[in-house]
Amino acid sequence: MSPTLLAAAAPDGPSLADFGKDPLWISIIKALFIFVFLMLGVLFGVWTERKVISRMQHRYGPNRAGKFGLLQSVADGLKFGLKEDLTPNTVDRVLYTLAPIILVVPAFLAFSIVPFGPSVWLFGHQTPLQLTDLPVAVLFVLAMASIGVYGIVLAGWSSRSPYAILGGLRSSAQVVSYEIAMGLSFVGVFLFSGTLSTSEIVASQAHGGTVGLFGLDIPLPSWHVVLLLPSFLIYTITMLGETNRVPFDLPEGEGELVGGFMTEYSSSLKFALIMLAEYVNVFTVSALSITLFLGGWRAPWPISLWDGANVGWWPMLWFFIKMVLVFMFFIWVRASLPRIRYDQLMAFGWKVLIPLNLGWILLVATMRVLQVESNRVALVYTLAAIVLVGCIAVWFRFDTVLQRRREDREAQVEAEFAQLRDAPDAGGFPVPPLDLPHYHGAERKEVPSGSN
Amino acid sequence: MGETITFWVLAVVSVSAALGLVFSRKAVYCALMLGVVMFSLAVLYAVQDAPFLAAVQIIVYTGAVMMLFLFVLMLVGVDSSDSLVETIRGQRFWALVAGLAFAALVGLAIGNTIVGPAAGLAGATQAAGGNVPALAQLIFSRYVFAFEVASALLITAALGAMVLAHRERVRPKPTQKELARARFFSGYAPSLPGPGTYARNNAIDMPALLPDGSVSRLSVNRVIARHDVDDDHFPEDAKLADAIRQAVEEEGK
Repeated sequence: MSPTLLAAAAPDGPSLADFGKDPLWISIIKALFIFVFLMLGVLFGVWTERKVISRMQHRYGPNRAGKFGLLQSVADGLKFGLKEDLTPNTVDRVLYTLAPIILVVPAFLAFSIVPFGPSVWLFGHQTPLQLTDLPVAVLFVLAMASIGVYGIVLAGWSSRSPYAILGGLRSSAQVVSYEIAMGLSFVGVFLFSGTLSTSEIVASQAHGGTVGLFGLDIPLPSWHVVLLLPSFLIYTITMLGETNRVPFDLPEGEGELVGGFMTEYSSSLKFALIMLAEYVNVFTVSALSITLFLGGWRAPWPISLWDGANVGWWPMLWFFIKMVLVFMFFIWVRASLPRIRYDQLMAFGWKVLIPLNLGWILLVATMRVLQVESNRVALVYTLAAIVLVGCIAVWFRFDTVLQRRREDREAQVEAEFAQLRDAPDAGGFPVPPLDLPHYHGAERKEVPSGSN
Repeated sequence: MGETITFWVLAVVSVSAALGLVFSRKAVYCALMLGVVMFSLAVLYAVQDAPFLAAVQIIVYTGAVMMLFLFVLMLVGVDSSDSLVETIRGQRFWALVAGLAFAALVGLAIGNTIVGPAAGLAGATQAAGGNVPALAQLIFSRYVFAFEVASALLITAALGAMVLAHRERVRPKPTQKELARARFFSGYAPSLPGPGTYARNNAIDMPALLPDGSVSRLSVNRVIARHDVDDDHFPEDAKLADAIRQAVEEEGK
């Protein structure tokens, strides 16, 4: 049986041609489902995040409203709705009201191209489990993200407060720079799947190709996360930056900016909209990472051995599980990393992520062209080996240089300390020597105060 | 039908936004109106079966270019006014010439499409297999030179801006350590030490030492000092013992 016949017998999922055929009421059902999914997701996502972070910090977290505090977010939401809507006197009223709406609408729109599963029968119609698909679906998400930043920037500007405007400024520069790195990390996926439509990208991760080496057929892994690991890692970092999450949550850095761009949105439904948009954005980038790199709604390996794993309604469960796991990663990062400084953030985005990404794209494109056009496997492997060896050599070189530099610095510090210890009056700091009796030497555990 | 409705709705929106751009007094509103015009254009592209152009219009123009406009507006402040002196000689004349030339170019382009028979979008993109591949094929084969020239122009502009804004660093950037040292040398102690911070003991009953080695009288705990005097229990260091005695004496006065 030829491969084309095989593909026709068992398609890997819906493609672009399967969209735009639904009757209006099915589209409305799907849109409503996405809306309800995201709203419930935010309600319980906030609860999960607070609960998980609490357990990581040896606290209980919310446990008063409802069983396990499950209704805490519902209570918070009700409170947002019932509180007085304060509008500061000096704000620009039009933009102040408009900003949360500009923030929240694109966040919901971006989710319309996320594939939840393959085609299913829904009330007598066969329809893909995805609201819609575009030939440029992934770019659509980027476009919506860039509209959403307007909400943040305008919220900051219209508040007429220094904290808010600083938050808005930080956010505009940060999101624009991290969007470039994010867009570049998609390029590898586009090269391998040959399309920008999300449903077809998922379909392209159904079967990994095979590579013939020395007469052996070595199967390539099917999920892009394995083949395009650097792209995935860069995407993971940029998705934290794009959604203003820890460690890149400088636009709302409460340590220095009170609340950043949302300082003047005290506690009303407008603030609830901002929070909603923030979590929906997190869900969108999570869903996008699953779609592009983690096989979409496809079942992971041990389950995928079962024939019914990728058919019907089951894939929605796999998608949901993957999404929960990615969200858990967000929570884990938030619980463990401190916020970085703004200049470090910018330097990292422009001087590390973008150049690395460009180099990686160059490599992937070269490999892809050689593989597709000439199928000269030996050449591909030679090139890969050269690049690998080059990388290792560069790493060794850097490693030795860094080691030397570190030793130099240590020696310098040591010399400085010796000099200061000799002459505490001539500008030296009166730092107690480390071998004082109550320290019992630097080797031993420090004795707590009062016991010496 | 849907296309016609979209066109008329967007025509009203974008023309009024353009008028708002010209007549608005606040610079941020002007920038926002320009954003609305760009967004309307993107929707028109999408309706005209050009999804890639629509997405790129939003990402590049609405998302990046307008965002930078807003950024600069916020950074320099809305109140700063522009200088109206023309620095380029004959600017108006050449602007007029360029405007007329552009109008002629647009007129010719539109006339060209009206006069000749329409090939149809489907016919143009079908051979390549869709809108995005067709665009890619044209950009990277027939128009690759124009594409590269445009990118070279942009890079030149960016480099020029960087050269203009660049400042050669005369001395190395001070590190945190050097800044801290300079602060100490300035004679101003950054903050009062807590008890025991500079002392040789980390216990609260020992007076603290200031950065210059003298005893911080603020750090002497009066209650403990009184007990020390009553029990005749002093630290071995004479300097610290004096500080404790002094504190109790001062309190007694």
